[in-house]
Amino acid sequence: MSVDVKEFIPLMPEIFLLSMACIILIVDLYLSDANRSITYGLSVISLAITGLITFQLMPTSPEVVLAGTFVSDQMSAVLKMFVYLVTAIVMVYSGKYLKDRSIYKGEFFVLVLFGVLGMMVMISAHSMLTIYLGLELLSLCLYALVAMHRDSMNATEAAMKYFILGALASGLLLYGMSMLYGASGTLDLGELAKFIAAGDQTDLVLLMGAVFVVVGLAFKLGAVPFHMWVPDVYHGSPTATTLFIGTAPKLAGFAMIMRLLVEGMGDLHAHWQEYLIILAVLSMVIGNVIAIAQTNLKRMLAYSTIAHMGFVLLGILAGNEQGYSAAMFYTIAYAIMGLGGFGMILLLSRKGFEAEDLNDFKGLNDRSPWFAFMMLIFLFSMAGVPPTLGFYAKLAVLQAVVNIEMVWLAIVAVIFSIVGAFYYLRAVKIMYFDKAEDHSPITSSADMRATLSANGLLVVALGIYPSGLIALCVQVFS
Amino acid sequence: MIPLSHFLILAAILFCISVAGIFLNRKNVIILLMAIELMLLSVNINFVAFSHYLGDTAGQVFVFFILTVAAAEAAIGLAILVVLFRNRRTINVENMDSLKG
Repeated sequence: MSVDVKEFIPLMPEIFLLSMACIILIVDLYLSDANRSITYGLSVISLAITGLITFQLMPTSPEVVLAGTFVSDQMSAVLKMFVYLVTAIVMVYSGKYLKDRSIYKGEFFVLVLFGVLGMMVMISAHSMLTIYLGLELLSLCLYALVAMHRDSMNATEAAMKYFILGALASGLLLYGMSMLYGASGTLDLGELAKFIAAGDQTDLVLLMGAVFVVVGLAFKLGAVPFHMWVPDVYHGSPTATTLFIGTAPKLAGFAMIMRLLVEGMGDLHAHWQEYLIILAVLSMVIGNVIAIAQTNLKRMLAYSTIAHMGFVLLGILAGNEQGYSAAMFYTIAYAIMGLGGFGMILLLSRKGFEAEDLNDFKGLNDRSPWFAFMMLIFLFSMAGVPPTLGFYAKLAVLQAVVNIEMVWLAIVAVIFSIVGAFYYLRAVKIMYFDKAEDHSPITSSADMRATLSANGLLVVALGIYPSGLIALCVQVFS
Repeated sequence: MIPLSHFLILAAILFCISVAGIFLNRKNVIILLMAIELMLLSVNINFVAFSHYLGDTAGQVFVFFILTVAAAEAAIGLAILVVLFRNRRTINVENMDSLKG
């Protein structure tokens, strides 16, 4: 079998990023700690150039290359661009936090870049083998990133828990994939879809494979009842890593579900829809209710992530173009809001002090009215208050669910969003109406302040003019 | 010739043992790592058995990838274990309870 060189053109972004990550790894060896910002600069520039390449190669129709293992379509291009953007912002936010804890090392940037590569492979996967390899590349990088803060008890414990449960999830996913392979005789997702469409859809081996795959996906996304790792990992990790784990991999996770369930097992929709309904409802209920009891902001945001993932699953289970584009819009919106929420914790943290407790935000309005306002925007957006981005994200998903005549699901979602609004508003109350105990000035770099402000304004701007982003998400699936 | 179902039952039993090992084990983190390894190997049995009976080599290729990734995963797992031991002087699973809420 000969391989045509043209087949490698859709892979150019991956190849470029891989080369750059290797180059940065070597360049970093020769840099002293004082010059570490060169690594940072190179990483951001590589992401920007990868973004340009992806934009240039944006396909109009799906291109499947390399014996059906890799696909480049509009969904993959758009999701990848958002992954680069989010990751670059993560790097901007993390700098000072990492310096204060003397873990501002080249490893952070190289691991993040390899993690991005893993996500790109996942997003463009067209075979179960490619999905597994991308997922493992991402996961291995994330385990190492959590454990980066070697002397922290919490970080190492979180790393161990993440590792064990992540490996368990991979095992479940693989077991499901082996069943799907056994039933259909192919690893290719396109072939699998054809097999299911033509064959018997009540084959037990096939259905068992689907169940295991859904459980594995739920573990990776952190949907209830497979969410145990999420709060511990978010809480224990260095906040810079939490910021990364909480944002970009969600985009890749969405792509993974789309590839496996929608493209691979589209005709089993009636079956996986039931599983997803259970996962989505439990996630929204447990996530929002337990978040109320949290006093640690990172844990609270972790439970809020679980609830948000419930919303994303709602969109996907609708099973039509409207639902998929709503879920994609929600995932992108969540990544942007999550960046802001965790970014605020990074902004207020300083050497020897983690601003991760809700009480650390007391009286933020007196200390910095502007950033208190930014936090207000992020919290309102997560709660779904108009005119912020989060409102349209929730609206789109609810519309999709109502259109498939599952009104009760939409009602459950709305009720638990209102329950959720309680803890977001409590945080707002703490910022605006409580007296500040801590009057130390906010010491952060100018680029971080500017980016965080831009992030907040983006949430409002996209909330007032959401049509561009919505149109983009709709176009991807039409 | 041994029927396919025997291989699948063997793989399923190994898989259940490994999952039980992860959830029931309260003593040692190393046992968790062994359980994870067992889980991946039971999946490999599944893939090889299906691959043989379907007469398709893709499943065996997948097995090679799983073995390679499992090696990398074990390396990272043991590295985290070393860091954990340095910080706590114990690798008892019951002592990993400082994160809760």
